[in-house]
Amino acid sequence: MPVIQIPSALRSFTDNQARVDVEAVTAGEALSALAVAYPSLRKHLYSDDGQLRSFVNVYKNDEDIRFLGRDATPLAAGDTLIIVPSIAGGLT
Amino acid sequence: MGLRIDTSANAEICRHAEAGYPHEVVGILAGSAAEGRVSRVMALHNERADSPANRYQVSGLAVMRGESSLEAAGLDILGYYHSHPDHPSTYSDYDRDHALPNRSYVIVSVVSARVATTQSWRLREDRSAMDEEPLVLEAPCP
Repeated sequence: MPVIQIPSALRSFTDNQARVDVEAVTAGEALSALAVAYPSLRKHLYSDDGQLRSFVNVYKNDEDIRFLGRDATPLAAGDTLIIVPSIAGGLT
Repeated sequence: MGLRIDTSANAEICRHAEAGYPHEVVGILAGSAAEGRVSRVMALHNERADSPANRYQVSGLAVMRGESSLEAAGLDILGYYHSHPDHPSTYSDYDRDHALPNRSYVIVSVVSARVATTQSWRLREDRSAMDEEPLVLEAPCP
């Protein structure tokens, strides 16, 4: 079963768990399953149009899924998805 | 609970913000989460070379590396600071849209290369706004 590693800023939404097991065969399924299991996390991962927020980066093991298959990136038992938020902002 | 920034940490934020003017600067706030106290800051590189006067961005891996080294030193991550050159220390919609929950966002207004005001903000759980939190600076900018 794949595992999702949760960044510390979001752990209050996963009962303070740093790692969450999910039933999924793709990265997209895994993230959806996470948002179903922890509904209050959804709005911080996805924008209103259902897209992953721009600051939410997801790595399969040590590779960015944007350079693999994005949501379709295949997962196998033992794989780890890591959510790595970037930080951004600005005055306007 | 609010946030308290130690003298040396605030001096480092001020130095960074003033040296970086008229560009935005950014860094990590670390210290004791239990006490709401910032004792160490880590300056990060603003990667928005296309628009550094009104934007900042730091890649996830760079943030993770910085946070990991601070946590390895026994510190908690409390949030991030950034500067607003010639602009108030209030958050923008862009700031709110990119904010993480459970973090303090300290914004430093820098006017004519001198820090004018400092405020700290936290994202609401529904992401609709950021609320100002009480902020104590142990000492003003040097």
